[in-house]
Amino acid sequence: MKALTKHRELWLALAIVVVVIAVTLRFPRFSQPSNLLTIFNDTSILMMLALGQMVVILTRSIDLSMAANLALTGMIVAMVNAAFPGVPIPVLIAGCIVVGGALGAFNGILVWKLNIPAIVVTLGTLTIFRGLVFVISGGAWVNAAQMSPDFIQLQRGAFLGLPILSWFAIVVAALFYVLMTRTALGRSLYAIGVNPTASVYTGINVGRTKFLAFTIAGAVSGLAGYLWISRYVIASTEVASGYELTIIAACVIGGVSIAGGIGTVGGALLGALFLGVINNALPVINISPFWQMAISGSAILLAVVLNARGERNKGRVILKKAEGV
Amino acid sequence: MTDTSLHRQLPDRLDNPLRSALLGWQTLLVLVAVVIFTVNSFASPYFLNAWSLSDLTFNFTEKALIALAMALLIISGEIDLSVAAIIALASTLMGLALQFGADTPVLVLIGVGTGIACGAFNGFLVTGLKLPSIVVTIGTMSLFRGIAFIVLGDQSFKGYPASFSWFGQGYVWWVISFELVLFLVAAVIFYVLLHRTNFGRRVFAIGNNDVAAKFSGVRVERIKFILFCLTGLMSGIAAVLLTARLGSTRPSIAQGFELEAITMVVLGGVSILGGAGSIIGVVLAALIVGLVTFGLGLLNVPGIVMTIFTGSLLIVVIALPILFKMWRQRA
Repeated sequence: MKALTKHRELWLALAIVVVVIAVTLRFPRFSQPSNLLTIFNDTSILMMLALGQMVVILTRSIDLSMAANLALTGMIVAMVNAAFPGVPIPVLIAGCIVVGGALGAFNGILVWKLNIPAIVVTLGTLTIFRGLVFVISGGAWVNAAQMSPDFIQLQRGAFLGLPILSWFAIVVAALFYVLMTRTALGRSLYAIGVNPTASVYTGINVGRTKFLAFTIAGAVSGLAGYLWISRYVIASTEVASGYELTIIAACVIGGVSIAGGIGTVGGALLGALFLGVINNALPVINISPFWQMAISGSAILLAVVLNARGERNKGRVILKKAEGV
Repeated sequence: MTDTSLHRQLPDRLDNPLRSALLGWQTLLVLVAVVIFTVNSFASPYFLNAWSLSDLTFNFTEKALIALAMALLIISGEIDLSVAAIIALASTLMGLALQFGADTPVLVLIGVGTGIACGAFNGFLVTGLKLPSIVVTIGTMSLFRGIAFIVLGDQSFKGYPASFSWFGQGYVWWVISFELVLFLVAAVIFYVLLHRTNFGRRVFAIGNNDVAAKFSGVRVERIKFILFCLTGLMSGIAAVLLTARLGSTRPSIAQGFELEAITMVVLGGVSILGGAGSIIGVVLAALIVGLVTFGLGLLNVPGIVMTIFTGSLLIVVIALPILFKMWRQRA
């Protein structure tokens, strides 16, 4: 069991390999490099979102508003693109990151300054953001015909044999890796999750760090907003509805502890990839896509049971007997 | 702001006794309800009418039934995000039983039974395996609704008997619907359970400090398990009412109910961190949410826009007392 927790990412990677092999045994084409790259590309957006969510969960918070943020930013950028097709795409992407970041900062400020629990704040902003999508669009859709060709084609271009969308995920993952392992902010995020009180004594501003975590999650959601809309070429109120739970599921499967302080970039990526592989495998082995939800639910439960076994020995030892552990 | 908490000292006496704080909260809720009621009456000529007001109650009774049990669960420091998925599964199994010719009593039994079973499953995972309830119920939420999707796919079950429909559409007397009566009875039961019994005191004790509660001889795990079963039971009842009212089952039934039920609970003054809250507050909050959505509906405001109001209401009502307190401390 100890080995399992020590190499949690390894085991998850192994689980993914097993699934791939199992499917390949029946359908050899599944594990062709081109198909594997397709799965990676399909999962790119979820991987980025999972990384954003991880940063928030590390601080013992949760962001339920990411999918709504994605939908709102996506609708804004789609409408801007439809109205002003001349605006260069990099400007739009930067705009998305800023808008998404601002929405995330709004969550963060409520958590930081007013000390409202994150789950309440983001439950509220989830409905507000989603409602705003409807308000600014008037319930109408923005479809492929209204979007400029550049807007749609950018992520479909290839660089070194990989679609640009995949490169987005790779770059974002690299940035998160640097953030989590090479910066003071990254250390603070872990410290807050492990022990908020001790963090205060160490000189970490807990509230401000949480605020930054929410802003980062928001910025990622904003970026994902553009990528999602240009990938599925439709912007509507229903975009990514309910997806906030898939993002959290990816984190949980990836070994990010909901109690805070535990989680790695590799884990979150693998968690997302696991869901991606399952989703891509189901149609191949001829299982109705309606099984998808139940399977990811079971995967979450299994992951949380396995993770809890590993975490149990850590933490407070003082009251162990009393807690009956 | 967080720095000040470091230097905070214990006051000579508690700033606000819990009782008066709760009373204050409830007074605020009553005021909000009255204001919204008045605004509604002026905004729409169709509002002040016995049948309109009766329709209004259908807006929130099912969610409010769940909110009653959810309040106890949240006070004990746990949460259940799977309630809407339980409705979907219970409704699907009822529909399935209908295909095999089940009659009304059997249907109700299956709906309620599924609810309890799902709640017990959540309770076992949380108390038996000692897992965090928020993750467990996110998982079971996908699992329960996932099973509904597996059974139904893109199909739906229809053709519920008239005697079954009565649970969701029937009236006990004049404009008083069965749903409303059931909700009022449930509210009284939950009020007594939480505020007038040993069990209720224990729920508060667990929410405030479960280790201390355990030292005091409270069977923390067992009570939490019971609370999960209760929440499942209420979800099962809500499934019966909703299915009977809609007359059909789709796997997407009751989507988003969990968030609305939790909104009612938190709006009702229950601390999301556990340990504090009252049933009266939850009932008032349910009424407010119902008034807001119904009033906006009469004004032809689309449902999705209403969610902005409920979402803002949730944040504002929680933020206001905190802002007020901060302002008072500064002054």
